[in-house]
Amino acid sequence: MSLEVLAVDDSRTMRDMLNLALSSAGFTAHLAEDGIHGLEVLEDIEPDVIITDINMPRMDGFGFIDAVRSEDKWSRIPILVLTTESADELKAKARAAGATGWIVKPFDPAKLVKALQMVAG
Amino acid sequence: MTDNDKLTSSSSIELLSFRVGGQDYSVDIMSVREIRGSAKATSLPHAPFFVKGVINLRGTVLPIIDLSARLGLQTGEDSERNVIIVVDLGERTVGLMVDAVSDILAIPSEEMQPPPDLAADDARTFVSALTIVDGRMIRILDLEAVMPPQGEEVA
Amino acid sequence: MSDPMAEIRASFFIECEELLESLQDGLQLMDDGDTDPETINIVFRAVHSIKGGAGAFGLDDLVHFAHRFETAMDEVRAGRFQPDGEAIRLFFTCADVLGDLVRAARDDDAVSSEVTDPVLEKLEKLVGVEEESEEELDFTPATLSLDLSLDFGGDAGLPNLPDLSDLPMAGADESPLDLSSSEEATEPLVASKGFTVFFKPEPALYISGNEPLYLFRALRDLGDLAVTCHAASLPLLDSIDPDIGHLSWTLTVHTEESEQTVREVFEFVDGLCQLDITPLAAAPVAPSPASVAVVPALPPLPPLVQPEPVAARPAPDPASTATPNDAPVTAAPKPEAPQEEASPAPVKSSATTTSEGTTPTKTTGTPTQPRATVRVDLERIDRLVNLVGELVINQAMLSQSVTEAGLPPNSPVSTGLEEFLQLTRDIQESVMMIRAQPIKSLFQRMGRIVRESSASVGKEVRLHTDGENTEVDKTVIERLADPLTHMIRNAVDHGLESPEKRLAVDKSREGHVTLTAQHRSGRIVIEVSDDGAGINRERVKAKAIEKGLIPAEAQLSDGDIDNLLFLPGFSTAQEISNLSGRGVGMDVVKSSIQALGGRIAITSQEGKGTTFSISLPLTLAVLDGMVVRVADETLVVPLNAILETLTLTDDDVKALGPETHVVQIRGGFVPLLDLGAELGYRPPQESYVGGIALLIGQEDGNRAALAVDAIEDQRQVVIKGLEGSYGRVPGIAAATILGDGQIALILDPTDLVSQASGRTRPRKPQHALVG
Repeated sequence: MSLEVLAVDDSRTMRDMLNLALSSAGFTAHLAEDGIHGLEVLEDIEPDVIITDINMPRMDGFGFIDAVRSEDKWSRIPILVLTTESADELKAKARAAGATGWIVKPFDPAKLVKALQMVAG
Repeated sequence: MTDNDKLTSSSSIELLSFRVGGQDYSVDIMSVREIRGSAKATSLPHAPFFVKGVINLRGTVLPIIDLSARLGLQTGEDSERNVIIVVDLGERTVGLMVDAVSDILAIPSEEMQPPPDLAADDARTFVSALTIVDGRMIRILDLEAVMPPQGEEVA
Repeated sequence: MSDPMAEIRASFFIECEELLESLQDGLQLMDDGDTDPETINIVFRAVHSIKGGAGAFGLDDLVHFAHRFETAMDEVRAGRFQPDGEAIRLFFTCADVLGDLVRAARDDDAVSSEVTDPVLEKLEKLVGVEEESEEELDFTPATLSLDLSLDFGGDAGLPNLPDLSDLPMAGADESPLDLSSSEEATEPLVASKGFTVFFKPEPALYISGNEPLYLFRALRDLGDLAVTCHAASLPLLDSIDPDIGHLSWTLTVHTEESEQTVREVFEFVDGLCQLDITPLAAAPVAPSPASVAVVPALPPLPPLVQPEPVAARPAPDPASTATPNDAPVTAAPKPEAPQEEASPAPVKSSATTTSEGTTPTKTTGTPTQPRATVRVDLERIDRLVNLVGELVINQAMLSQSVTEAGLPPNSPVSTGLEEFLQLTRDIQESVMMIRAQPIKSLFQRMGRIVRESSASVGKEVRLHTDGENTEVDKTVIERLADPLTHMIRNAVDHGLESPEKRLAVDKSREGHVTLTAQHRSGRIVIEVSDDGAGINRERVKAKAIEKGLIPAEAQLSDGDIDNLLFLPGFSTAQEISNLSGRGVGMDVVKSSIQALGGRIAITSQEGKGTTFSISLPLTLAVLDGMVVRVADETLVVPLNAILETLTLTDDDVKALGPETHVVQIRGGFVPLLDLGAELGYRPPQESYVGGIALLIGQEDGNRAALAVDAIEDQRQVVIKGLEGSYGRVPGIAAATILGDGQIALILDPTDLVSQASGRTRPRKPQHALVG
């Protein structure tokens, strides 16, 4: 079960780590730097699941989720939000924006995989 | 050369033999990078007496060792006929100034002999092995020993 | 391949530097009155990203500080706190400390809490956010395990589970579907530990992208799972609302895990479903077994509910469609429902055109790769730099041959060579630029120096920078940090007046220090200027005389007096301040600049201020030199070390001792050194009168005259190290290759003078003439 994952984060370090964690788990990782870039990547690949950071330049995570959800062909892709806060408020906001779940940074690779399983098999 | 039919024999080593100060020496051909004619060296201040100086070897600075001086042999006048053997020794590359290059020899490993302990002259310490080719004694140069001490500061 | 985590860690610290830079930029903009939310966002995001990465590497100190800083910035971002000048200054300090923490973490060092705590305290007092211990606890860094292979167990990544569809299917009988192996199935399920979970998704659960099947699988990872589907509420096919799930489930999991762990599986759907978790012993297998259908509920992969506005799905099994609502029904969605059908490419609905931002613009290039730079090993670049150096030398040699061949200047060879020359220079410049980077990072560090030094001497100082995108060789930037720091401190400490004095002379209370960088005729010029009182030349001169640095009767121009500042130990400050004067003087600055092949000059206008101007070569690979001959050898003397050239006259040259001479220059005496003798090329000469000498400004401020035979040329040479091929030679900095292919040595004047014997007279008895 190799998932194709699109990971969107403006921090290079975070992208590197997601890439490492995902590829070590046998997943295929596609990386994007911000919401706009994420949408560009979505035009070319069809990921099984999307992971996105919230606070990003140009288009933040909420804007990105909104854009993904409003496109019919992408509206069913599970989206996990990366957040450093586990505050309930933020989760509620993520959910209201259309996210499927969340991963609290810094993430543990095992938990990341588990979260991916919970939303995408 | 009659003894060199088995040039590619795995148990032999190839040597570049040359004459310096009227004697026959050789070096392992694997350490020879090239052979070139002599050039005017720029002398280095405070360098040991056997360091001729440095020359331009296609853009790199190549230190030249006057091998006859180094080996304590009689030094002939610099002549146009001098030849420089450029040798690689690990990280360092130096040029050895010799009288003339003679030949390439393939010597079976078992014909190499350690230098006898008896000899007491300076040159002995620069010889790592000996062999006889056509009745002539060929000394195999200990390149490591010939190198000038690196980073040495002579005030 | 090296340790991937170590690589990521290294790149994290590089990213941190970039983030710190944008943090500084953002704060600077805020300081300049910018209130754009995006500016504040940039600042926030920089701190936030540093915190995020730091957490992943378990850098607790950094996380802790960044978190509190971030919280404060969040207050600003949310508009709950309007920062004034004082607040922004504190933010700058926080940014500085954050930078310290980053570098300490990188170097496995630590920053004392004596530094961080007062800053945090001030921050919280100012912004008014108290330390939220709860939040703090929430953010416990879970260090990313370094051994990823252990976590994932090799290739597969996911635990090796059988697909649910492969498991033995119970028939449509009334007993719960047992997913455990057949042997265990005979054992009573209630005997083991576990939980019963009643799960009824709400429509929002599906809309959020969650999928019950995956949750069940995750649950199965915890232990044996029995799933019972309640399809009682499933409406008739024609009345199914595709956006509403009509199913609910009772799941029995036999596990040693805690309820907490079981609950975690449903974390993402918490609030989106009805969820009851009860320990096994206390719960019935299903809420009301009599009224629910028990179905072999788990279909293969396709989602259980796919509320697509295409076809009514989940579709009940055709075989049992006739059954009434509350009668048992097998309600598995069609397993063969193809995935593609679920996501047809619809005609773009109005939703897709909501805003500009949602319509992605297509770009060319690899979309999955961040538009990034190429990271190249510095060694490779240096090799390229060297090769281009060869090219330059080769070109020079070729030019010389052509000249010697006597070809007319208009011949095709000459013009071709001219073009070759131009190309070579262009290539050289381009290659040098690879090593170059904007000087901005260095300028930003100076911002901190200004803030700290002005605070410690009670002055108000504003730093202006210009040309921070000027690109300078990486090594030069690194080696400029110390001298520049000293110059900035000097400007704040000595250059600028106190606020009171400034007001008294109709200046603004706030002093200004300006730092600029620009390219000027093949060199980098960096200027540090202040709008202070300027150099008090009378006092400088008096002090120099008092210290015996110059004779009392010396006639000095303004420029000469200004240059006295570069003499060792020279300090015009009345008392030694906290900042400068601790053993580092402008003399050290000057020698550092000279070591980079640079020159430093000073201009000052009384009452208006002082400017220090540093001129540096674009690269360390070439050097401006004077080509001289001595004892038939050609040598290159770095131009920046030469103050002037002298023709020695009988009047100037005086014998000092039996073996030494001095040269008299404008009231001062300078030792005369015979370059040929010092390098061992020849014995000292009988007389130097009529000869040529180079007046060398030494790094310690002392001067020396080097006697040479002739000056041949002044040109740029490519530096060739000697250390690698031969070793260090006293008095010699490096070598170069001249146009004739001959190697020339490049002098290290300071080293030469410091080791000089000073013998300029042959060893024979002579009566001394003291001058």
